[in-house]
Amino acid sequence: MAATDTPDRTRRLGHLGLAPYVLLLPSLVFLAVFFARPMVDAFTLAFEDPSGGFGLEPIRQMMADSRFGEALRTTLILLVAIVPVQFVLAMSMALVINAKLKGQSVWLYIYAIPLAVSELAAGIIWLSIFTQRGWLNSWLIQTGLLEQPFDFLGYQNRGWLIAAIVLAEAWRATSIIMIILVAGLQSIPSDYLEAAEIYGANLWKRIRYVILPMLRPSLQVALILRTVLALQVFAIVIALAGASMTVLSAEAYKWQVTYRGPNVAAAYAGLILLLSSSAAALFLWLLPASPRSGRGALNRAARPEPEREEVSR
Amino acid sequence: MTHLSTSAPPGVRRWRGLAAALAGALLLAACGGGSTADLEPDELAGEADADEDADEGDGDATAGAGGDLDLTLLSTQLRPVEEAEAVRNVVLADFPGTVEFIGEDDGPFVDRILAEAEAGSGSVDVIGALHGDFGTFAAEDVLMDLSDLLEELSADREFPDSLVELTRFGTDAVYYIPWVQATYAMVASTEAIEYLPDGADLQALTYDELLEWARVLEEETGAPQFGLPAGEDGLLHRFFQGFLYPAFTGGLNTTFTSDAAVEGWSWLQDVWEHTNPQSTTYGFMQEPLLSGEVMVAWDHTARLIGALEERPDDFVAFPSPVGPEGLAFMPVVGGLGIPATSPDPEGARQLIEYLTRPDVAALTLRETAFFPGTGDELPDDLEGGVGALAEVVAAQQDSPDALPSLLPIGLGDQGGAYNKVFQDSFRAIILQGSDPAGVLESEAANLQSVLDAAGAACWEPDPDTGDVCQVG
Amino acid sequence: MTATTDPAQGEARADERPLQVRTPPRSRRHTLGRVGAYVAATLLALWVLVPLVLITFVTFVPRERVRDFPKTWWPQEWSADTFLFFWNSAGVRPALWNSIVIALMTVLMAMAIGAPAGYALARFTFRGANAYRITVLSTRAFPIVILSIPLAVTFLIWGIADTRLAVALMHTALALPFVVLITSSIFLSVSKDLEEAAQTLGCTPFQAFLRVSLPLTLPGLTAAAIFTFVLSWNEVFAASILTLRNPTLPALVLDALTVSPLPFQFAAGFFLMAPSLIFLFLIRKYLLGLWGRVER
Repeated sequence: MAATDTPDRTRRLGHLGLAPYVLLLPSLVFLAVFFARPMVDAFTLAFEDPSGGFGLEPIRQMMADSRFGEALRTTLILLVAIVPVQFVLAMSMALVINAKLKGQSVWLYIYAIPLAVSELAAGIIWLSIFTQRGWLNSWLIQTGLLEQPFDFLGYQNRGWLIAAIVLAEAWRATSIIMIILVAGLQSIPSDYLEAAEIYGANLWKRIRYVILPMLRPSLQVALILRTVLALQVFAIVIALAGASMTVLSAEAYKWQVTYRGPNVAAAYAGLILLLSSSAAALFLWLLPASPRSGRGALNRAARPEPEREEVSR
Repeated sequence: MTHLSTSAPPGVRRWRGLAAALAGALLLAACGGGSTADLEPDELAGEADADEDADEGDGDATAGAGGDLDLTLLSTQLRPVEEAEAVRNVVLADFPGTVEFIGEDDGPFVDRILAEAEAGSGSVDVIGALHGDFGTFAAEDVLMDLSDLLEELSADREFPDSLVELTRFGTDAVYYIPWVQATYAMVASTEAIEYLPDGADLQALTYDELLEWARVLEEETGAPQFGLPAGEDGLLHRFFQGFLYPAFTGGLNTTFTSDAAVEGWSWLQDVWEHTNPQSTTYGFMQEPLLSGEVMVAWDHTARLIGALEERPDDFVAFPSPVGPEGLAFMPVVGGLGIPATSPDPEGARQLIEYLTRPDVAALTLRETAFFPGTGDELPDDLEGGVGALAEVVAAQQDSPDALPSLLPIGLGDQGGAYNKVFQDSFRAIILQGSDPAGVLESEAANLQSVLDAAGAACWEPDPDTGDVCQVG
Repeated sequence: MTATTDPAQGEARADERPLQVRTPPRSRRHTLGRVGAYVAATLLALWVLVPLVLITFVTFVPRERVRDFPKTWWPQEWSADTFLFFWNSAGVRPALWNSIVIALMTVLMAMAIGAPAGYALARFTFRGANAYRITVLSTRAFPIVILSIPLAVTFLIWGIADTRLAVALMHTALALPFVVLITSSIFLSVSKDLEEAAQTLGCTPFQAFLRVSLPLTLPGLTAAAIFTFVLSWNEVFAASILTLRNPTLPALVLDALTVSPLPFQFAAGFFLMAPSLIFLFLIRKYLLGLWGRVER
């Protein structure tokens, strides 16, 4: 039903005017104490002159660092490589689950497994595959494809290294998206899909014209989540690449913990934050949660309301 | 029209069950209960402590008069799992009391001790760390003075003067008691020994012979067989600071950009041609040695011992190579200190007394390959990997060309940044193939700013001028 | 309104058999589609399972076999040696217990604080909603390494340093954005009209939520709780910084990881993974709860 502001409705919302703020309050308080305050501390660090005043010295130091360019490049490459791979995988899994196959609970269970596997464990698992004397080289040698083990994780084979990290990260973090998409698919009334099927829409058309538009809210959440987290890939890179490759979050960690330069660490953190927020804002704008809204999507995103036409006539 | 199903969707009822279970579990946990049936008695004690920790800060000493001591020893040393196990189950076995031995990374370790000092209350009784970390704590003045304890202990054990001098950091106080020593050495598989260049003596190998050996190995086996710990947690920077630089230049900071240094880097460029490129992922050379990825490797003794222990017939240990300036090597000194916020300083002193006893030190050596911090005689019944490494340690110390270089001193929290200069130089020169002289020139500025920030004077092998060390 | 005739009714549906409605007869193309779906399902399952099998293979062999090369397709001899060494290492079991308790505390706090906010975002039009969304999102983007250090001092001053509560608070802060965004998306999937309808029938807004929206969104909320649990279970950095005598399992493993032999690393990897299998198995019915078809 299209939402129209009837006087009646306005009045009802009127006495609920405070309700949303009451509901938001606990989370706001929590975030203020556990994020805002430490964050302010951290930001003052990022713009702190060695003399103690305000300055850009940490930023300069970060950009002058010999690893900065590589870390930024690698992070962006990984982001661009990981997110699409994950979405194709997750969508396939979600559709398979939604196809109501025999033993669907088993399929769902299997696909959900990596959901509970930590980045650390995933790094170790894929290390056992890609390391010089690991599974992959064993198979390649046993099948006669290779004479000598190939060094997949060496610094000189950047392509393979990135591929290994993308595979490991895609393996680990696709389940989250899959679950979100499945939850979204659940909310698509089956009569839509059945109607589309009866009228002869093939799978691709059903995905394109029914599923994706209806999944918008879920896609938006999943995209933002994954992008933000892909910018923080850390343990997997450390486990697989060691010192062969570095990313922004690893540099932030090292500056904080190893080099003891909290100012530069905070500068790196600020950069990651900047990239994440830009990506999130972009998705909010490009993929408004409610269909039929072009510009002003941001305003709509705050009150996304699935507007549906009556189908069951 | 829409239709609302009145029966609860499947899963709802079960979910309620889950919720109840969750709440129940949480309540149990909050009350410190939970399933303790499968825990050992001492773990139960630990559980009880965990709950007491919640109202930590009253600083009540846990040791009642004549009661069992209950101490926490936080250490950056002996962290590898098997070493930590040995410390817990063997070395600490006869101590009259419970000791929680916790290994922690350097960075968080320093953070924690400083945070506890800042908060004015702590949970750590004794800290075990390298000389350099104690320098940080001494500067921040967060440790107790152990002069009297050192006096007491010196009655029946011998601490070398050079080490005692180190513990003072130029003050009258003693900030730590020397506890363990280690060094770096080389290990090769017996198979690789067959390819040693003619006339080369394994006990006095030169850098040039090592290069030739690596070259021959690759030629003969078809794969690069030399390995260096150049991974994220590898100790390659120590190779530069304690071996390559002193051996080629006779100095470190003061000769950072010298021609002799470029010479040393060129040697590394050459040897890298015959080095397993996976070295950039190695943190622990015993692993690639055991798996056969490399045949010859340099690393910390504690990170090689596993190979010698596991397959003593397949591996040999030998001293680091000799360079133009001598046989450079780096002894590593770890000590025990007591934070000012220690909940039980008296118990802490008893623990330090225990850990530095000659028999316990020998036990530590046997179990962990860390050599005693005292100058007392080593037991001569050592066997296996420990024996092999003990010989190497002795050989390095007794060599006529010996050129001991200390771990960086006085860098405070700049230790990581200092290492970074060497790691970055390595990346630029070796991994990216830049010209050594140019890289060293630009990294020298970073090196100087680290030394300035720390206000560190030069240390051996550089001459100490008493002023901030100047990069040359 | 409609229901599918699925020959393979999931067990979750077994206790609820709505009115059957005839679906159109299945065409040949459709059958081909089913076969394709099974092939796709199998391939995807292998993608997930094979790495798990491989890490199991290198965990349950004698320690000296772990480094064998080339590895055989199948372990030649099985042994619990490597695994038991890890399991018997000091601190592993208490750390496991810590991890579980902290994760449960996190779930409870994050859901209690986050779900209402998610509901507000989904149901109300109000000034600042979008600002709130973006704020919440950006918190997730802030690297925890920077937050952990100032918070470590804060917790010491509060006197809760090195307690489960401290870690759970931090994890709750990390999980909140997840919970808020996911719950808001879930509440969105249930039409607001239903609640309004209930209100016209005399329910208060709260009753309407309790009797209409909540039951319909429970499966989704369960999923949110699962994410939260997993997030806490897997979080390493904050847990390492904030604990000392009571590390969580990942913190314990991380600390030992880079300085331990390969067999230990693999066993640790397996061990961090294994509980996830068990955990997911325990809640598989609730995963199925996601299947409760929301009828409108």
